[in-house]
Parts: sequence; structure tokens; C-alpha cells
Amino acid sequence: MTAAARLREDATRRRLAALGLPEGGAWANAARRAALERLAAMGLPVRRDEYWRHTDPATLNAPEAAAAELPDGAAPPAFDAIDSLRLVFVDGVFAPERSDDPRLAGVEIERLSEAATRDIHWARELYGTLEARGQDPVARPFAALNSAFATDGALIRASAAAERPVALIYLRESEASDAILHHCVKVEPGASLTVLEAGPGAARLNTVLEVEVAEGAAFHHVRVQGRDPARRSVTHLFGRIGAAARLKSFTLTKNGALTRNEAVLELAGAGGSAHVAGAALGDGAFHHDDTVFVTHAAPGCESRQVFKKVLRRGATGVFQGKILVRPAAQRTDGYQISQSLLLDEDCQFLAKPELEIYADDVKCSHGSTSGAIDETALFYLRARGVPRAEATDLLVLAFVAEALDEIEDDRLRAEVLARLEGWLTRHRS
Amino acid sequence: MLDIRNLHVRLEEEDKPILKGVDLSVGAGAVHAIMGPNGSGKSTLSYVLAGREGYVVTEGTATLDGQDLLAMEPEERAAAGLFLAFQYPVEIPGVGNMTFLRTALNAQRKARGEEEMGAGEFLKLIREKARRLNIDAEMLKRPVNVGFSGGEKKRNEILQMAILSPKMCILDETDSGLDVDAMRLVADGVNALRDAGRAFLVITHYQRLLDHIRPDVVHIMADGRIVRTGGPELALEVERNGYADILAEVA
Ligand SMILES: Nc1ncnc2c1ncn2[C@@H]1O[C@H](COP(=O)(O)OP(=O)(O)OP(=O)(O)O)[C@@H](O)[C@H]1O
Ligand SMILES: [Mg+2]
Repeated sequence: MTAAARLREDATRRRLAALGLPEGGAWANAARRAALERLAAMGLPVRRDEYWRHTDPATLNAPEAAAAELPDGAAPPAFDAIDSLRLVFVDGVFAPERSDDPRLAGVEIERLSEAATRDIHWARELYGTLEARGQDPVARPFAALNSAFATDGALIRASAAAERPVALIYLRESEASDAILHHCVKVEPGASLTVLEAGPGAARLNTVLEVEVAEGAAFHHVRVQGRDPARRSVTHLFGRIGAAARLKSFTLTKNGALTRNEAVLELAGAGGSAHVAGAALGDGAFHHDDTVFVTHAAPGCESRQVFKKVLRRGATGVFQGKILVRPAAQRTDGYQISQSLLLDEDCQFLAKPELEIYADDVKCSHGSTSGAIDETALFYLRARGVPRAEATDLLVLAFVAEALDEIEDDRLRAEVLARLEGWLTRHRS
Repeated sequence: MLDIRNLHVRLEEEDKPILKGVDLSVGAGAVHAIMGPNGSGKSTLSYVLAGREGYVVTEGTATLDGQDLLAMEPEERAAAGLFLAFQYPVEIPGVGNMTFLRTALNAQRKARGEEEMGAGEFLKLIREKARRLNIDAEMLKRPVNVGFSGGEKKRNEILQMAILSPKMCILDETDSGLDVDAMRLVADGVNALRDAGRAFLVITHYQRLLDHIRPDVVHIMADGRIVRTGGPELALEVERNGYADILAEVA
């Protein structure tokens, strides 16, 4: 056995020893056992794995979550001002008394821990399915672990245009909470739904969001991760996009000791569109990793990946992004950009953009840059009377604008922008 | 208004003196022009006055109405009423022209303890000034100078000057790259701002701009010094004979 294999076996054994499979009905138990088998076969990641070269999984693997300072209670969670249906999770446990009545025209909402004991066919078909598909060609052990051990989550099915977004609000009250949440979303043909997430609300949080976007349907996802700087989290978004369907996901990340956001998207029907974007702001002890894998499996689809990172005082940003174009995916239009703005010299940005193309009629572009504030532009602004701090903020906002523009809804974009501006004001040099 | 005494400047990166004792005094209400061969230090002088990094003042002073310019941050100089129209205006992708100008105007007002201008009033102001300079309203929506032609960038500098309404305006080759009509618009823009409380320092290579903006005083700069000062006729002499005679005379 190699050293890496031994480390992996050891890490996996120790982690599994600390977990127990939750009780559920027949379908849930089967899905969980299958996920556990997947996990046992692949094992948890170790630093030597190519996919984890830039992000150390040790703290995510640890049997116990390290304690993390509680968020500043004064600031309201993101999306407070947005008219949405709120589902509140406290330290990873659904809190019905703090949530809205889960009734929304054209939308079914179930709680995973309850639905698991009943046979809800769409949930049974979805739970763990996209996660399992997403394990090939690259293993995503934390997602398999999530499917096996998730204790709570929301199952959402939209069969019409939802009139309000569903907001998953994560709150934290415990210093050392270790939460595993699994959400499934099915957007039926022609329907549309927006899901918001504000959190993470646990010292260590592992979330999976599986989204099936059927023919002609639209799914929007806007997420704000912030408020608790010592948290660690690993998240997976699995999306399968049908013919002429659209998926758009945007994440704002503010601080966080460790964040790994994976997005695994498959364009499975002709003429589909998948956009995934993120803006990450890190000051000090901050490690942020965006890992994206977009598969074009059908012709005439379009995908965009837009990731911007603003780093200060030793913060680290990682981007791993891949576009895979299968032979059937003619007339593919793929775009990927990952950029970092280093506000001082101690920061680092590690980027690994990849294209793998098996069709011939394909338009794909990718780019990655890393640089400091443009001093010439800064002087120009100051020469017009804008003080240095404000001028820097303007340039930072200009830098992240392309990612923010991926949020279609004006109010949501304004809400995210306000959070971003707040961060900039609090983190001036 | 602007008083420059024995100003010596070298580059920060290398030990290269650029300004070697500039003396220049521009009174309120006056228009001075500076001409001089390429590389003589005209832009350097304007940058040092505006507060750009990369230069070291080794000797001398520069004051604006008695305030020590060299001790101030660039934004403080702007708030004190100094404006530099750049020889090469800077493109800032992602920052809208309107946002930029309103932020600048209100930052200056705030620094001076004045009330900030509201969005409505600002919109009216900028529309009116832009119309006078024949600047398309569409252009104002675009990011600062991005995709602007050379002439559009220069007109945009004059628009900024008109909005910020500074008391000491330095124009560094604002006429370069302008067609005849644009030159007239720029000159009209400058002339519209002329008044007893405001002064101009116009750096140019050509007489043509000075036909429209009639300077009171013309200076010739060479090798980091003002080597001749005279009336408008000095510019005509340069236009006719070049710098050779003047430089030979002072050598
Ligand atoms: N940052 C710099 N690095 C190196 N040399 C510089 C720098 N700034 C100015 N110089 C040099 O200083 C001298 C003066 O330059 P400056 O731009 O002030 O001239 P100018 O009179 O404005 O010329 P022009 O008429 O061509 O615009 C030139 O020799 C120039 O090369
Ligand atoms: Mg010059």
C-alpha cells in the first residue's frame, strides 16, 4: 500500500467512525447505503490528490469540527430585505418555528428528515443521483459523504414559475457545530425557481445542492457566504440542465478560514445554458477554492464561468475550472475567466483552467490573471479628488463587476453589492 | 495663485534629475502657456504638482494660494482646487463615467465641508456641460475613457474640469489629437471657465490652440527649466522658427 493510500484509508476510517447513518424510509436508506459504498470505494481526499493539491482537506476530514467563533449577531443575514419564503436552519437543523409556512403556489417543499420516511417519487429519483453522476471522471468524496450522512435539508419541486424565491437561511448558535445538509431541487418543464442561500451557519458545514432543470425550465441560485470568519465549509452544486433550460448560480464569499465550493454542471439537452460565477473577498486567514466542472454533452449549449477574487493580508485563492466537451456537443460556446486582485504582496492565487474538447465545431475561451490595483487608474481617480480608500473600492468593484453581472435580478444584485461594499468599508487598509 | 520656486525633481527609481530649478508664478485670472521641446519636463511638472508618485522633490516649493501643495495627497490638492487635464487620460474599465464624476465631485465637496450634490441636480449639470462640449450622453454611460477615441478622451477631460470647476487648471497637451472642430470646442470650454478667480496653465506644442485661448504669458521650458518668458508673440516665434534660436540664445 502506498503512503497516500494509507493516509486516505486512515482518514476515511477515522471520519466514518464518528458518523452514524441516519434512520429513514426504504428509499432513503437505499440511497444512503449506495452513497456510503461510493465513499468507501473512493475514500476521503488527501493533500497528495491532484484535485486537492492547493487546498488541504485535513480539517474537513477531521472526525470533529474545530471550534469556530460565532458570527457577529448584530448584522442581519443576507437577503433579509428580499421578499422570499424563508427556511431557517440553525447549526444545520431545520427550525420550523423560525421559518415561513412552506407554502408557495406551484412549489412543493418538503423537509428531508420527514420526507425520507415517505415515498416521494421525485425526491427518491433525485436524491444522490446527480451526486453519483458527478463522481465521474473526478471523485468528490465529501459529496458522497454528504449523501450518506445528511441529516436535514430541503426538497423542493417547482412545477410553475415560483412567485418568490425560496431562501435557505443558515444560522449559527453553537461554537463547534458540524452540519451536513442535503437539498434537492427539481424544476419541471417550463417552470422557474430562484433559491437563495445565506450562511454557512455551522463551524463546519458540508452542503450538497442537487438541481435537475428540466426542458425549458430556469433555475437561479444566489448565495452569500459570510459573517463567520473562522468557519470551514465544503459545498457542492450538482446541476443537470435539460434542453433549452437555464441554470445560473452566483456566490459571494466573505472571509472564512476554508471554503471549497464545487460546481458540477452537465448540459444534457440541446440549447441549454449554464452560468456559474463567484466573487470572493478574503482578508487574512482566508482560503477560498472554487472548483468547477462543466460538461457539454448536448449540441448548441452555452456555458460561462466567471470567478473573481479579492485578496488581502496573506489570503489564498484557488480556482480549478474545467470545460469538457463531449463528441455530441457540436456548436458549443464555452467561456471561462478566473481573476484575482491582490491588494498586497503576501497573497496568492493558484489557478488551473482546463479545456478538454472532443467535438470539432466548438468555441471555447478561457483566461486567468492575477494582478495588483492599477496604480495609474488609482492616481487618476485621486487626482480628481477621490480619496485613496474610496478610489481603491471603486477599482475593486469594477474588478468584480463581471461576476456580479451574472445575477439577473436587480434587487438581488443590489443586495449582494451592498454586502460587498460593506465588506470593503470594514476591510480598508 | 500658483507659485513655483526653484523646483528640483528627480525620478524615484533612478538618480535622474528632470526638473532643474523651475520658477513660475501664475496669478488669479491669468492664462499662462508653456511650450518646449519633447522631453523637456513639462508633463513631469504637471504630475509633480498633481501629486503623482515616482518623483522626488529635492529642492524648492510649490504653493496654491499659499498652501504647500507638495505636502498634500493628490485628492487634497484636487479638493483645494487644482486640476490636471492629463496628456494621456486613463481608461478605467468597470467604472462608469457618471459614477466616477459624481464620486469625484462629492468627495471634493465633502473635503471642503460643502453639501454633497444630489443625483438629480448632478444629472442636470452634466447633461448641460456635455451638450456644450458636444459629448454624446451615451458616452457618459460607458466606463471612464474606455473605447473613447483620442479626441473624445480629451473632451472628457474638459468636461471633468467644467463639472469640478477648479481654480487652478493645468492642461497638458489637451489640443494634441484634436480635429479642428474639437479644438474649438475645447477652447470654448476653457474660455467659458475663464474668470478673475481662476487661472490656467496650458501646456502645448502648437500656436493653434493659443489662437483660441489667448494666453497672457508664454514660457519656454527646456531641459527642466523655464528658459524664456514673454507675451503671446513668443508662441508665434516658436511656431515660425522652432526652438533652435531660443535655445542657442540661453545656452
Ligand atoms: N517615469 C519615468 N521614467 C523614466 N524617465 C522619465 C519618467 N518620467 C519622465 N521621464 C523623462 O523625463 C523627461 C521629461 O519628460 P516629460 O514627459 O516631462 O516631458 P515633456 O516635456 O512633457 O515631453 P512631451 O512634449 O514629449 O510631452 C524625459 O526625458 C522623460 O523620458
Ligand atoms: Mg508631455
